[in-house]
Amino acid sequence: MLSVFKYCLFDLLRSRWSIVYTLFYLLSSASLLYFSNSATNAVASLMNIVLFITPLVSLLLGVIYFYQNRDFAELLLAQPIRRSQYFYGNYFGLSLSLVINLLVGFGLPMLFIGNGLQILQELSIVLLAGVMLTLIFSALALLITLRNENRVLGFGYAIVVWLFFAVIYDGLFLILLLWFNDYPLEKFAMIGTVLNPMDLSRVMILLKLDLSALMGFTGASFRQFFGSTAGFFVSLSSALIWITLPLYLLIRKGNTKDF
Amino acid sequence: MMRPLITSFFLLLLTSLYAKEIQLCKSCKVKTLSEAVSSASPHDIIRVKKGIYPTVGVEITKPLSLIGEEGAVLDAEGGAEIITIHSDSVEISGLTLRNVATSYIKDWAAISTDRVKYCKIQNNKIENSFFGVYFRKSSNCEISNNVIIGEAVKEMSSGNAIQLWYCDSMLIENNIVRKHRDGIYFEFVKNSIIRDNYSEGNVRYGLHFMFSDRNRYLANTFENNGSGVAVMYGKEIEMDNNTFINNWGPASFGLLLKEITDGKITSNKFKKNTTGIFGEGASRMIIKNNRFESNGWAMKVLSSCVDNVVSDNDFVSNSFSVFTNSPRNYNEFKRNYWSEYNGYDLDHDGFGDIPHRPVSLFTYIVEQCEPTLLLMRSNFIGLLELAEKAAPSLTPENLVDKQPRMKPLW
Repeated sequence: MLSVFKYCLFDLLRSRWSIVYTLFYLLSSASLLYFSNSATNAVASLMNIVLFITPLVSLLLGVIYFYQNRDFAELLLAQPIRRSQYFYGNYFGLSLSLVINLLVGFGLPMLFIGNGLQILQELSIVLLAGVMLTLIFSALALLITLRNENRVLGFGYAIVVWLFFAVIYDGLFLILLLWFNDYPLEKFAMIGTVLNPMDLSRVMILLKLDLSALMGFTGASFRQFFGSTAGFFVSLSSALIWITLPLYLLIRKGNTKDF
Repeated sequence: MMRPLITSFFLLLLTSLYAKEIQLCKSCKVKTLSEAVSSASPHDIIRVKKGIYPTVGVEITKPLSLIGEEGAVLDAEGGAEIITIHSDSVEISGLTLRNVATSYIKDWAAISTDRVKYCKIQNNKIENSFFGVYFRKSSNCEISNNVIIGEAVKEMSSGNAIQLWYCDSMLIENNIVRKHRDGIYFEFVKNSIIRDNYSEGNVRYGLHFMFSDRNRYLANTFENNGSGVAVMYGKEIEMDNNTFINNWGPASFGLLLKEITDGKITSNKFKKNTTGIFGEGASRMIIKNNRFESNGWAMKVLSSCVDNVVSDNDFVSNSFSVFTNSPRNYNEFKRNYWSEYNGYDLDHDGFGDIPHRPVSLFTYIVEQCEPTLLLMRSNFIGLLELAEKAAPSLTPENLVDKQPRMKPLW
């Protein structure tokens, strides 16, 4: 597993995509932090970028990479190597390389510029959310490629998955909330938030940014929940489930798949 | 013959002008305040030495000066009012007054007055009392440099730190008021000034006006109160240079305006309040040169507000800038700075070329269904907002700042 992981990691880190991705983060976060007129605005914009771009890139890069390596996978799997080890190696290689890109591209400006603006704490939550989303969506990418031999279909699914979590989910969520407006919705709203990793990360950052607005009656109850230890563990376990569930499905599919 | 007579007459006059001083201490001839007051003649000075004096219900009916030395404490020990003033020109300073009991029938205060003029309450400390200083039907008095700290928990069972009822031309300056029901409460008060006070942690309002016209409050700080300041049913009130900070809660506002007209709100700072200014039935107000920073809602202007002019303010990093519950708008917004504005300024006159609509669609959604607050800053909401900006359907079309500033004023 380790050799697959190492090969995968270095292969990806050397690739052009990975450099472009790092540079993108480096430029956008540095310029946003440097030029923004208020620290809160900078954090909010960076949050939107991280929540939008990280899942998209994790999905697309993952899908591209695994379709490219299809032949290599067949070759490797013909060797005496356990299938699960091959997939784990690939997954961790991909996700770690993306995390490294993020750490360099986002972390460096954060440390050097964000530190001076005294928003290090907020930014580190954004970074943490980025890492979590990378881990989740690269697992999903692997799952999608494995389940679809057809590359076009695979890409399509990847984009649909991204679109669903980024936009459609919130739309449905909003419609449901407005629909059942006459009922007490606090619990439902919290569950709905915890279930979508992108929403979950957004709310975690929101608790730092828009505290004053969240001090209204319902807002206060959200803050109480997400700020408490119980809320923290619920959020954490939701994230862990989102990582392990695709991985589990991936291994199951991988073990039985006819290459 | 004539000269000694005149001299002796002047001497007599001098001695009568020269006020007698009465010492009050544990080992003195005069041991209690009521003894001292009854033995004093008008314009005498009563000097209270260090020590704790159990005192309840002292009535001052002649002009006297009460001066407390350091450590002079009048303790009601859970009893009724400590000092009631019925005479003009009484001065009380340097005393510590404490432990006036809560009553549900009478408004007991550490110091209260009834129909007096030219009184001064200065440099006193009032601790754990039901009401702190309570002026009734008085005028031209001064309350300054006092520290009034209560132990209020609930609105029902607590009193106000400084309360004025039917007063005129009063000055309230440089006091610290904490943990009462209202920090400062004005009911039917005219022509008075409130300056440089610090009001913190009060259960209801930091400062509260009811039916009080033509007052000014300047350079005060209101922090962490149930609501910062409530101005209700009055006119011509000037609010200048105050700071409203950290007033948090579901029904909590920096400044609450209810049924008031012709006021001026200038050069104030609103920071980290759930709602900066909440206006209901406020009209002909001038809101100028203020700074709204990091509030949940910078301004909530209900449909009952008309003819207000909101100009030259800074709106910086508020979660929501302006909310109104009406599709129409009868107020004017101009030349403000909005940190969320993303237009351009091609002619470099310092004002953006595209008008700014400070009311977002999302505030309407949140108002209808509060749990949607969790969707704040989500991309889907961003898309909705974009569509609404292009063709306003819910947000008032004419609530618009045609000259949004490119740079903040402050």
